[in-house]
Amino acid sequence: MTTPTAVALEDAKVAFRLGDGRVYTAVEKAHLTVAQGEFVAIVGPTGCGKSTLLNVAAGLLKPAAGGVRIFDRPLAGLNRDAGYLFQADALFPWKTALDNVAIGLEIKGTPRAEALPLAQKWLTSVGLGAFAGRYPHMLSGGQRKRVALAQVLIRDPKILLMDEPFGPLDAQTRQVMGNLLLDLWNADRKAVLFVTHDLEEAIALADRVVIMSAGPSSRIIGDWRVNLQRPRDIFEVRLDKEFHALHREIWSVLKDEVMKGYAQSTHAAEAV
Amino acid sequence: MSRAMLLALQVLVAIVCIALWQLLSSVPVLGKILLPPFFFSNPVDVFDQIVKWFVSGVIWKHLWITLVESILAFVIGSLGGVLIGFWFARQPLVAAVFDPYVKMVNALPRVVLAPIFALWLGLGIWSKVALGVTLVFFIVFFNVYQGVKEVSRTVLDNGRMLGMSEGQLMRHVYWPSALSWMFSSLHTSVGFAVVGAVVGEYLGSAAGLGYLIQQAEGVFDVAGVFAGMFVLSAFVILIDMGVTLVERRLLVWRPTVDGRG
Repeated sequence: MTTPTAVALEDAKVAFRLGDGRVYTAVEKAHLTVAQGEFVAIVGPTGCGKSTLLNVAAGLLKPAAGGVRIFDRPLAGLNRDAGYLFQADALFPWKTALDNVAIGLEIKGTPRAEALPLAQKWLTSVGLGAFAGRYPHMLSGGQRKRVALAQVLIRDPKILLMDEPFGPLDAQTRQVMGNLLLDLWNADRKAVLFVTHDLEEAIALADRVVIMSAGPSSRIIGDWRVNLQRPRDIFEVRLDKEFHALHREIWSVLKDEVMKGYAQSTHAAEAV
Repeated sequence: MSRAMLLALQVLVAIVCIALWQLLSSVPVLGKILLPPFFFSNPVDVFDQIVKWFVSGVIWKHLWITLVESILAFVIGSLGGVLIGFWFARQPLVAAVFDPYVKMVNALPRVVLAPIFALWLGLGIWSKVALGVTLVFFIVFFNVYQGVKEVSRTVLDNGRMLGMSEGQLMRHVYWPSALSWMFSSLHTSVGFAVVGAVVGEYLGSAAGLGYLIQQAEGVFDVAGVFAGMFVLSAFVILIDMGVTLVERRLLVWRPTVDGRG
């Protein structure tokens, strides 16, 4: 028996019309599948369109060509099976941490009286039980990410889409958040599509690491399976021999793309 | 600096100013009185006038009228500003069509409207309310419009991904955002509501603080003019303190208000 496919991007192409009428192709023919229960990380140089790809899977962006299938059904409109964790702060600043988490259920029609205790439980499970009454601006960056995680997970989505969610955090907080994510994910193993520019983070978290080439018209140029044992501890796994071997192997491919991406961005800056 | 110290210094400024005023308007400097009482009155007379107003109780009626006009102008202007601002922000076509007219009307000095309002609505409170409304409306309108337009893209996408319908987005995202912008202009709009009321009274009425000042001016009662100005300032400061209290309660979630408080 094969596990069902949660997300399938089938030769998805993403293009934007620029202000001057030209068409900018961000991603070319991206083919990518995420099986149910699989944790896939997309890594690529800055500006390669990895977030764009995630937005296509979320239904926030329509591919210019190709298709998206979610659990074998073509995606029309927003992806209702997915929870999305944004890179930037996406919490509602006018709601307390508790209300921010509870809103995920209230939208579905759960009465507030039922939603609030559940929200409190989720806040506790992301380690913020005592911060229920705080507004987002009273929380640290890491704490806000925890609330955002609870806000997404309380809806119990079948798919988790994460766009460099820990990008703005400091290195230590990122590792703590990574472990928290793995713990929560281990409980019910949702399909995860995790975008990051940090290769180490990708290998430490994921079952598969997908590499994208530098943009424009970036493509998927590599796909590695990570066979590190689960459950993992992010602090420990980085010391593993296998981790290093894999890191070296993927980096040899990624390095060229990073240099290309960097050269392009500096050229672009010079052209301006 | 401690609060008490700050307060002491603030009071000191008032004392120095009033003492200088009294001194310059009563004691000749080099054989000349620098502030002739006919033009500048003096603090004692002004104070006398204020006390007289409060003791005889005539001031209450005028204060009440001005207060009612200000509140009505604020409520009606805000309501209109919120509704139209919301509508324009959600319907870009409507906004684009009306844009030049909105700018035109807003560029108009409101004082020129006062006689027209007096003509249309009479010399009672409504012509003053109308003047205040034209001032308050635009402040609230522009703020709400901006507030709805500038909702963070990420917060909006987050709402969508969490499954919000258009109605829920309205209630949980657009509305609070617009309100926060409106409240951030609360001090200005409340101030303008009072300005509208007082200017309207000044230009033609039978009651209110503006009427009081205008009457005193009509008979060259400079002490009366200054007394009216002081009562008006105190009135505005009291209202402003009230607004601050309301703001603290309503905008607890905002870092700026918290930092100020």
